[in-house]
Amino acid sequence: MTAPSLESRPHVGAGFRLQWEPAQDCHVLLYPEGMVKLNGSAGEIMKRCDGARSVAAIVVDLEQAFAAQGLEGDVLAFVAMAGDKRWLAWE
Amino acid sequence: MNAQSTTPVGPPLWLLAELTYRCPLHCVFCYNPVDFAAQPAELDTEDWLRVLRQGRELGAVQCGLSGGEPLLRDDLEVIVAEARRLGYYTNLLTSGVGLTPQRAAALKAAGLDHVQLSFQDSTREVNDFLSHTKTFELKHRVAKTIKEQGWPMVMNVVIHRLNIDHIDRIIGMAVELGAEYIELANTQYYSWAFINRDQLLPTREQLRRAEAITDAWRARLGERTRIFFVAPDYHEGTPKKCVNGWGSMFITVTPDGTALPCHTAKMLPGLAFPNVRDQSLREIWFESEGFNRYRGTGWMKEPCSSCEHKERDLGGCRCQAYLIAHDPAVADPVCSKSPHHASVLEAVRRAETATAPQVVAQPLVFRERTESLRRVGQPG
Repeated sequence: MTAPSLESRPHVGAGFRLQWEPAQDCHVLLYPEGMVKLNGSAGEIMKRCDGARSVAAIVVDLEQAFAAQGLEGDVLAFVAMAGDKRWLAWE
Repeated sequence: MNAQSTTPVGPPLWLLAELTYRCPLHCVFCYNPVDFAAQPAELDTEDWLRVLRQGRELGAVQCGLSGGEPLLRDDLEVIVAEARRLGYYTNLLTSGVGLTPQRAAALKAAGLDHVQLSFQDSTREVNDFLSHTKTFELKHRVAKTIKEQGWPMVMNVVIHRLNIDHIDRIIGMAVELGAEYIELANTQYYSWAFINRDQLLPTREQLRRAEAITDAWRARLGERTRIFFVAPDYHEGTPKKCVNGWGSMFITVTPDGTALPCHTAKMLPGLAFPNVRDQSLREIWFESEGFNRYRGTGWMKEPCSSCEHKERDLGGCRCQAYLIAHDPAVADPVCSKSPHHASVLEAVRRAETATAPQVVAQPLVFRERTESLRRVGQPG
């Protein structure tokens, strides 16, 4: 898979499932016989990765939701890391 | 509630539902209890659905459907559907026997998330010999069926003296069949594997070579396929943090409804384990003596209680302590600090000096109903 760009449209990788877990009070990523607990920002990014929205759109949405600016670098870095781990995939 | 530990007890994450001990295979390393054939009646569908709901309310997220061979339960689809609806990640742990394309489609429709397929070896001869069945080709067909349904596939191979030298081919076969995860599980010596320990323990040289080959494959495969090499604790001198800590993550429910902190804990003497027919999983998890006895570090004796590694390994495995040292509350004898470590070293030494194959000198004992009943003194 190539490095993500602002145009990439990431979705949760095959075999993984993202869900909110009240008992853990966080988003978790489930996969065969395992679980990753996501921190707040990772959860907020991943739940927007629906395969329809581009990274650019996700950045805009996050900046609005959290009244923040300049998140582009952080989001791209997270998406790249998650792609390496197969949590996210894109064309 | 037993107040041995000051750490608050968190929720269980893993519910392992052992739906049945019935199994078409007769593997010589099976961890099912030696007396499996003398166990009481299996839980019915309603019992399992209740257990699933109670587990999910407690916070469990992973649901393993295991056995025996879980496909022998004709209500498996109903159980999977409820588990998936409740929000579990559903894992089917199977020998492959019974996973026809039709059944696979029904399980997919029910929401099954993942299949773990066991192989015994990369060769037909050893696969069929160790399992006492003709299942090698069938497993290849089933692997294709799993991939056709789009499931992630874990290929699990229990590793021991008789197949460890094939590890290069085993990994190659798993990659060809499209496994995303390969679990090379060195045999853990409980139950049937403990009976057959002398024939199954590999030599240090066999292990060293297997690990080197595994590392070379890991470097070649990168992130595409993950290989887990479950370390053999007999050879390492350091105990494992068994089930990630007693009563910390795992609940196993056996076919008759007994709730256990690990799959083999029922063998431990002097400890009554509750049954899901009588109590809720919440009571069982938080309040039962069975789950509290070895939680944390408060139960430890020397050398564990003053050991610098006691939080790291939690004293190792209670079943191994019982099997080898005949006391479930002592240090796991695989630990080099255990006063019983000599008997582990002796088993490893026998493996070093034995002339393989020993199969002829002392026959392997297959996991079979008649053998199980013979060992508990009941007529087959």
